[in-house]
Amino acid sequence: MSAPRPKVRIATTSLAGCFGCHMSFLDIDEHLFDLVELAEFDRSPLTDIKHCGPCDIGLIEGGVCNAENVHVLREFRRNCKTLIAVGACAINGGLPAQRNHLDLESCLREVYMSRDGLGAGGVPNDPELPLLLDKVRPIHELVRIDYFIPGCPPSGEAIWKFLTDLIAGRTPRLSYPMMHFD
Amino acid sequence: MSKQFLFDGRPVAFEDGQTILQAARVAGHYIPHLCWHPDFPPHGSCKLCIVKVAGRHVSSCAMPAKEGMEVESNTPEINGERRALLQMLFVEGNHFCPSCEKSGNCQLQALAYDLEMTGERFAHFFPERPVDASHPDVLLDFNRCIFCELCVRASRDVDGKNVFALTERGINKHLVVNAESGRLADTDLAADDLAANICPVGVILKKRVGFAKPIGERTYDVKPIHLVAMEDGK
Amino acid sequence: MIPEDVPAALVRRIVGRHGGDATRLLQILIDVQDETGWLAPGVITAVASALSIPRSRVEGVAGFYQFLHKQPVGRFHLLFADNITERMQGSVELMASLCSKLWVEPGRLSEDGLVSVGTTSCIGMGDQGPSLLVNGQPLTRLSHQRINQVAELIRREVPLPGWPAELFRVDDNIHRRDALLSLDMAPGAALRAAVALGRDGWMEQMRASNLRGRGGAGFTTAVKWMACRDAPGAEKVVVCNADEGEPGTFKDRVLLTRMADMLFEGMTLAAWAVGARRGFLYLRGEYRYLLAPLLEAIDLRRAENLLGRGILGAPGFDFDIEIHLGAGAYVCGEETALLESLEGKRGTPRIRPPFPVSHGYLGRPTVVNNVETLAKTCLIALHGGEAFAATGTAQSAGTKLLSISGDCAQPGIYEYPFGVPIERVLEDCGASDIQAVQVGGASGITLASYEFHRRIAFEDVPTAGAFMVFDSSRDLFDVARNFVDFFAHESCGFCTPCRVGTALLKKAMKKLAEGRGAKTDLADIEWIDRLLKNASHCGLGSAAPNPVVDTLLKFRPAYERRLQSLDFEPAFDLDAALAAARRASGRDDPAAHIGAEEADQKG
Repeated sequence: MSAPRPKVRIATTSLAGCFGCHMSFLDIDEHLFDLVELAEFDRSPLTDIKHCGPCDIGLIEGGVCNAENVHVLREFRRNCKTLIAVGACAINGGLPAQRNHLDLESCLREVYMSRDGLGAGGVPNDPELPLLLDKVRPIHELVRIDYFIPGCPPSGEAIWKFLTDLIAGRTPRLSYPMMHFD
Repeated sequence: MSKQFLFDGRPVAFEDGQTILQAARVAGHYIPHLCWHPDFPPHGSCKLCIVKVAGRHVSSCAMPAKEGMEVESNTPEINGERRALLQMLFVEGNHFCPSCEKSGNCQLQALAYDLEMTGERFAHFFPERPVDASHPDVLLDFNRCIFCELCVRASRDVDGKNVFALTERGINKHLVVNAESGRLADTDLAADDLAANICPVGVILKKRVGFAKPIGERTYDVKPIHLVAMEDGK
Repeated sequence: MIPEDVPAALVRRIVGRHGGDATRLLQILIDVQDETGWLAPGVITAVASALSIPRSRVEGVAGFYQFLHKQPVGRFHLLFADNITERMQGSVELMASLCSKLWVEPGRLSEDGLVSVGTTSCIGMGDQGPSLLVNGQPLTRLSHQRINQVAELIRREVPLPGWPAELFRVDDNIHRRDALLSLDMAPGAALRAAVALGRDGWMEQMRASNLRGRGGAGFTTAVKWMACRDAPGAEKVVVCNADEGEPGTFKDRVLLTRMADMLFEGMTLAAWAVGARRGFLYLRGEYRYLLAPLLEAIDLRRAENLLGRGILGAPGFDFDIEIHLGAGAYVCGEETALLESLEGKRGTPRIRPPFPVSHGYLGRPTVVNNVETLAKTCLIALHGGEAFAATGTAQSAGTKLLSISGDCAQPGIYEYPFGVPIERVLEDCGASDIQAVQVGGASGITLASYEFHRRIAFEDVPTAGAFMVFDSSRDLFDVARNFVDFFAHESCGFCTPCRVGTALLKKAMKKLAEGRGAKTDLADIEWIDRLLKNASHCGLGSAAPNPVVDTLLKFRPAYERRLQSLDFEPAFDLDAALAAARRASGRDDPAAHIGAEEADQKG
C-alpha cells in the first residue's frame, strides 16, 4: 500500500469566452465527487479566490481580447505547472476572433460616436475598463501552453479524461469520439 | 508474379502506372490526403500524403510505385509532420469550426481529428477574406480555402466552365471566379456542377440546406476518415 | 490613361501579333501592359475574349508575376533591388531618400499617378549596386547624387529615352578569364565541327566531356540530351534557362551581353544532338534590356544560315530560336515552372516524374539547360570532350563562372577551373577580414571562416555561381533574414509547407529582429525548417530554410543576442495591439499599456 497521493491544486478561468467550457466541466456530473477526492481548487468560478496561487494545473477557457485577459493569463502561467487551453476560443480565438477582420478603431468610433443614442459619450475611457487588443488572440500566442483540449465546448467526458490522465501521470490523450472542434 | 513494394513493412502488390497511394489504397492501407481525389490526376499540393522512401520524403499521390520500394507512412515521425502541415493550413486561414456548416463533414477537420491535432502551435495569420454570397444557390466562404484546387479542376476538366482559378502567389494566393465583377453570381456556376459539390472543406456551400443533419451525427463525427475514405472511395 | 473603348481594339491587335496563341499569354500580357500601364479588370477581360480563353485563367496568370500589375502603378515605376548585398551598399537609405524627395510612400502610387517606388528581388547587378529598375530598365551604381538626379528627372517628367545614358550603364566587370571567357570564336565554328562529327559523334563528345549543368543541380548534360533524343515524340525542344534569379548571381547576364552568339550556338549544338527544331530562350524580365541585342544576334545567325532551315547545309538540320520574357518570378528558374511559364501559365512547378526530357514544353521531349552550360558546349565541340574532361576535378569537369559581390575590392565575374578553394577566390577578389561567404545564393550554403579551405565543385561546395562575401562588420542574422524574406516573396504558394512555412519563417525572423524573440522561437524555426526541407514540392521550398539552418548552426549568437526572454514571448507586440483602443478612447494611463512579463509581475 502506498500513501495516498496529495491532492492536486487546480485553477480555472474564462478569458474571452462564454463560460460554456466551464459549464461543460460541470457536466462531468457524479465525477465531481471523484474529482473532489483528487483535487482542490484555487482561483476559479467555483471558489471566490481572486488571484491564482501556486497550482499544479491551470485550465484556461477563452482567447485574449483585452489587457485584463493578458494579466490574468500571465498570472496563471506564472503559477501553474501545467497550463491547458480548453475549448475553441482558447485554442484559436473562436467566436470572439470573428471580429478580427474589422478595424478596431473604426468599430469603436462607429459604436460609441456615430450611433444614435450612444453618440454623446464618446469611446469610454475609464481606466477601470481594460483596453481591447486590436485582434483577439489564441492563448498560445501569448504564453507557453502545455496541452490543448479542443471542442466548443469540449465534452465533460473529454475534460474528465484529460484531467484523470494528467493526475495519474499519463500523457493525456483523447479517444476519437472525444476529439471534436465544434 | 505481380510486383510488390513494402508499405510499413507489409507487402503491397501494384500494377505499373499506379502511384504509391493508389496501390496502398487498393491493398486497404489509408494514406492521409486532402488534394488527391480518385477521379482526378494527382495534384500534389497539400503534402499530407508524404511518405518516406529510402530515407527521402515523397508525395505518395504522385510517386509511381516501384518494385522493392520500402515505404514508411504510418510512423510517429511522418504523422508528426502531417500534423504540422494541418496546423499550417489551420493558422493560414480562418477556420472556426463551431460556426461552419461543413463541420463533421470536413476533411481538413477529420484529418486533424485522426492525426490528433489538438492545438495549432503556430501564430495565426487571421487573413481578411470576405465571403461571396451573391450566387442564388451557392455560398463562397474563402476563409476556409486550403488551395487543393479541386473546384478549379472539376470546373475546368469536368464541368467545362472554368469558374474557379487561383491568382497571386505565395501566402497571398487566393481563389477567384470567372467574372470581371469578381462575383460568383456573374459566373455560369450551377448548383449541380461537380465544382459546386467537390470542396473537401467549407468554402463552397449549398444555400438553404444547412444543418439538415445535426452536428454530432455527421460523417466524421461517427467514423474516422481513415475508415470512411476506404469505404466510399473518396 | 487610355480611352474606355481602346483596350479591346488594342488587345485584339496585340493578340493578333502573337497569332492568337494562348501559349503566348504571358508575352501578350507583357505587351498589353506596355501600352496600358497596368492590367485593369476590363483589360484582363479583353485579353481573355480575344484569345477565347477563360477570364479566370488570365487573371490567374496576371496575378502571379511581380512585373504584371493588377493595380495601377506610376508612369515612372521604380523597384529597388532588395538583396542583402544591395542593402549593405545602402539601398534602404537611398530608397527612403528618393521617396521623401518625390513625396511618395513605398508601395503606394503617388496621387498624381506620376510615380511609384517599391522593392524587388536581386536584379543581377550585385557587382554595381545599389541598383533599381525604372520601368524595367536597370539603373546601377546608385548614390545620393544619382538619386537626386533621378528625382529631378521624374519631377520634370523626362521620358526614359531622355535620361542620361550613363545612368543605365551596365559593366561586365570580368576580372578572371579561363577557357570560356577567353574564347574568341567565329560564329559557326563549333557548329561546323559538330556537324562534321554527325549527330551521334557529337553526342559521343558530349558524353566524354562529363559536362554537368551549371544552373545548380549539376546533372550530367549528355545524359539529359540522350534521354531527350531517345524519348518518344518527334518534336523535340531545346530551352535555354536564362532566368538567372538566384540572389547574388549575374554571370549569365554577362554571358548574354558578351557571348550571346556562343550561347545560341550552344543551343543549336543541343538541337543537333537531340534532333530539336524549336528552341526557346527564357529571359528573366529583369534582363529585358538585353532583348533587342539578343534578337539582333539571332537575326544575324539566321542570315548566316546558322539558324533556320538546313543549317550549314546539313540535310534536315532545321532549328530556330524564339525569346520569351519572364516577368519577375524567381520560381520560374525551376525548369518545370519555367516550362509552365513558357506555355503562358502560372509558374507553378510540375510533378516529377515525368521529367522534361520526356514530357517538357507542351508535353514534348525537352532539354532545359542553363546559359553557361550551353555556352560551354562550344568548347567541347571545338576542342573535344576529352580535353574538356581533363580540366577541373574528376567529378566536376571544366570551369565555373562566379559572380562575386559584397565585401571585396573587386566585385564581378571570375572564371576558375572547378576545385578552386574559397580562400583563393577571396584573395583574388581583394576580400579581407571575412567572416562568411554565401555560395550559391540564397538557396546555397553559408560558409564560416573555418571552412574557407573548401573547394568550389559539385562534390564539395556546389554553386550556380553566386558568391557573396561578408566581412566581420556584418550581422549574419540580417543576411539570413533577407533571404527568408526573399523566399516568402518568391514562393509560388502551390504547396502547403512552402506557402505557409516561408510566411511563418518571415514572421519569426521579424519577431527576432524586433527584439521580441524567445528560445521557443528558435525551436519553432528549426521545426519549420524541417517541414520545408522534407515536404516541399520543389527546390525553392526545400532550399528556403538553408540560410537559417546554416546561420543557426554557425552564427547562433547572432540569433541568441536578440532574444528578449529565454522562455516565451508573445507572437505579436502586445502594447502595440492596444494602440487602436488607446487612440479611440484617448487614454494613456498605466493600465492602457502592457509591458513585459517582468513588469507585470511587479505590478
